Amino acid sequence: MFKILEKWEMADNTVCHFKIEAPLIAKKAQPGQFVVLRPNETGERIPLTMAGTDPAQGTIDIIFQVVGKTTALLRTLQKGDAILDIIGPLGRPTHVEKLGTVICVGGGTGIAVLYPITRALQEIGNHVISIVGARTKYLLILEDEMKNVSDEFFITTDDGSYGRHGFVTDALKDLLDERTDIKLVVGIGPVPMMKFVCKTTEPYGVKTLVSLNTIMVDATGMCGACRATVGGKTQFCCVDGPEFDGHQVDFDELMKRQAAYLKEERQSYERFQKEQE
Amino acid sequence: MTEKEKKEKIPRQPMPEQDPKKRSMNFDEVPYGYTPELAQKEASRCLQCKKPKCVEGCPVGVKIPEFINLIAEGDFIGAAKKLKEDNSLPAVCGRVCPQESQCEALCVLGKKDEPVAVGRLERFAADYERAQGTVDLPQLPPPTGKKVAVVGSGPAGLTLAGDLIKFGHQVTIFEALHKPGGVLVYGIPEFRLPKAIVEAEVDYLKRLGVEIKYNHVVGKILTVDELLEMGYDAVFLGVGAGLPVFMNIPGENLCGIYSANEYLTRSNLMKAYLFPKYDTPIAVGKNVAVIGGGNVAMDSARTALRLGANNVHIVYRRSKTELPARAEEVHHAEEEGVQFKFLTAPLRYIGNADGWVTGMECIQMELGEPDDSGRRRPVPIEDSNFTLDVDLAVIAIGTGANPIITGTIPNLELNKWGYIVADEATGKTSRERVYAGGDIVTGAATVILAMGAGRNSSQAIHQYLMNKS
Ligand SMILES: Cc1cc2nc3c(=O)[nH]c(=O)nc-3n(C[C@H](O)[C@H](O)[C@H](O)COP(=O)(O)OP(=O)(O)OC[C@H]3O[C@@H](n4cnc5c(N)ncnc54)[C@H](O)[C@@H]3O)c2cc1C
Ligand SMILES: Cc1cc2nc3c(=O)[nH]c(=O)nc-3n(C[C@H](O)[C@H](O)[C@H](O)COP(=O)(O)OP(=O)(O)OC[C@H]3O[C@@H](n4cnc5c(N)ncnc54)[C@H](O)[C@@H]3O)c2cc1C
Ligand code: SF4
Ligand code: FES
Repeated sequence: MFKILEKWEMADNTVCHFKIEAPLIAKKAQPGQFVVLRPNETGERIPLTMAGTDPAQGTIDIIFQVVGKTTALLRTLQKGDAILDIIGPLGRPTHVEKLGTVICVGGGTGIAVLYPITRALQEIGNHVISIVGARTKYLLILEDEMKNVSDEFFITTDDGSYGRHGFVTDALKDLLDERTDIKLVVGIGPVPMMKFVCKTTEPYGVKTLVSLNTIMVDATGMCGACRATVGGKTQFCCVDGPEFDGHQVDFDELMKRQAAYLKEERQSYERFQKEQE
Repeated sequence: MTEKEKKEKIPRQPMPEQDPKKRSMNFDEVPYGYTPELAQKEASRCLQCKKPKCVEGCPVGVKIPEFINLIAEGDFIGAAKKLKEDNSLPAVCGRVCPQESQCEALCVLGKKDEPVAVGRLERFAADYERAQGTVDLPQLPPPTGKKVAVVGSGPAGLTLAGDLIKFGHQVTIFEALHKPGGVLVYGIPEFRLPKAIVEAEVDYLKRLGVEIKYNHVVGKILTVDELLEMGYDAVFLGVGAGLPVFMNIPGENLCGIYSANEYLTRSNLMKAYLFPKYDTPIAVGKNVAVIGGGNVAMDSARTALRLGANNVHIVYRRSKTELPARAEEVHHAEEEGVQFKFLTAPLRYIGNADGWVTGMECIQMELGEPDDSGRRRPVPIEDSNFTLDVDLAVIAIGTGANPIITGTIPNLELNKWGYIVADEATGKTSRERVYAGGDIVTGAATVILAMGAGRNSSQAIHQYLMNKS
């Protein structure tokens, strides 16, 4: 059992932040790695990135958006409650090196996944430009945290309610036009956003990393549920990723595979909401 | 009439089982097992050979005539104890061992008549003991103060843990998943091996003092070197062959195409067959193709039927005689309505706009010259392509070595397929204090061979620990 030490809600209660006691995982985790958790005996195993870790205190942070049954169930847990199983750290850590100027682009809850990577990229001495975006102002998360680990910082909202009116890719394109010293772009967010970030950077020949959130089961390379086509080859996102060269990723296949259980997911969620009433 | 002729009069006793029509719609265990009367009757068929052939066929040398004699005499608990002298998981082995190619294949009665049903009797004795309630714990020797880390809780790891704790050592199992048992829980379905049996065996080990840490992926949360630094005197790697093999043919990443590992893990470990009571979903196919011909393929096909498929095809590239699955599993699958497409191999999958599989293009095969394995090699017949309508496909063509742990152990010798090189008699690897056994050494094999490897390593580790001080 893994105890929830702190709980915060954000983005109008659609996103939840837990600080969880997990000393061994905290000691080992590196930026870009994730955990798999199973809330209870009947629960599903779902992957969530560690948005932060505190090895001294023995804690890990997860930030998740409520999108279905498992995340909704997690949200009902309170400080002091416990999660049955947490497995980690999983996946390859981000390859963090000093390159010069890098751009970190985050959308929606992807910002939670992007945050520890951005911090690591800055700590090692890169000049970090961040662009974070959301549909609308109140859905933007981790604004201050991202600002603190960035040398330059931009915000976009789809509806113009905050920051620049438009998509993160608009801001990204302007930067790529203005500057020729961009060595790397890291883009993390909903799949369509990542796809367009890659489309945007491709003509400029700037290497672009994305983090693939495929459906996972064991997340140890044992089942192949998480397979994606990268550079024409099948990769297991849980052990070969989750980060890949975005210009090689077959995003259309990824989107179809992510939607494989929509019917069952809806059924589960509706059942859960009824139970809660 | 000689003694022998008299005994042959009693036919091999069948085991009562669920009706095939009914059982193909539920996940309850298929056979009910022998009653005490049936067991005694079957046991009385045994000739109590002076030089029992059956024992030669048993990879761990179970004292077969002895335990069968105890059943014949009505001492069922005694029979269970006798079994456990050599086999720590008789309730499991009685159900899943390929007896027809091991003990029963060599039984002298089998020459003229049918062999003694050693497996069914083994299962009976073990079930009888379990049904009596808590199994007595043996007296443990005084603690030796030595600590052993076991990685993986499959049959190899469980057997080794049980042995070492009985020698007085401290044993901790590190298991990647949230449940113990390895393939016994995530792979083999409930209708063939009820999970309560595996739980009972693990409970017994826990009562003996074995500690189990779940959710510990060694290689990630801890490395083997860290375990050795933490004060474990030796480490045993029983991590199985947990890497799915795909065929790398076009369309394989369409939705509705599973590795057997994923399909069975969803259904068994995550209990997707109880969806939506359990949250993990599983696709329910109408027309299912399972590719392969081993136990894994049979389990996948029978699972698909139970989940509600109309048509389930086993697509196998050789013919019926080459099927590697246990005869009983093939028989059960046929009875339940699984259809076999022999001498057939898939070439590619066809999908719809949503990315779901709708068909599988296949080619007909014929058997040519024998290959390295001695089996006749399947050769494609030109222009024999045809398309099978499928909305779900399960690939059960084997597994490989998962590098998640082996890749994090410096200087550990691996063979060209990534399996660990270990001495057969002791499990010793190229790394001092590191032992290995089971599927991660041999490649996907059987429960009893994994247990045998655990047993061999436990003796070697014990010797090493006792000589050390
Ligand atoms: C490596 C990785 C890191 C992730 N990190 C984060 C994070 O930090 N914050 C965050 O909010 N989300 C993250 N996700 C996504 C998160 O796992 C899903 O949102 C979650 O599983 C949804 O579960 P649900 O039951 O609430 O919703 P559901 O209704 O079950 O699913 C909603 C959608 O989530 C995806 N999903 C469903 N089940 C799984 C599963 N078992 N594994 C993966 N995806 C699934 C599917 O695409 C599905 O359509 C990450 C995913 C991956 C692969
Ligand atoms: C579907 C199916 C049906 C089968 N049917 C039969 C049958 O009828 N008869 C028969 O004799 N055999 C059968 N087999 C084969 C048999 O189950 C295996 O040969 C046997 O289980 C191997 O045992 P093992 O202990 O080596 O490994 P496994 O049973 O594979 O167990 C390995 C364990 O190690 C864990 N692990 C892996 N990596 C790590 C890590 N890094 N850290 C911590 N833990 C880890 C795994 O999670 C797993 O629990 C079947 C196999 C399958 C898949
Ligand atoms: S070979 Fe057959 S008859 Fe002889 S002891 Fe073994 S089981 Fe009994
Ligand atoms: S989630 Fe099973 S192999 Fe990646």
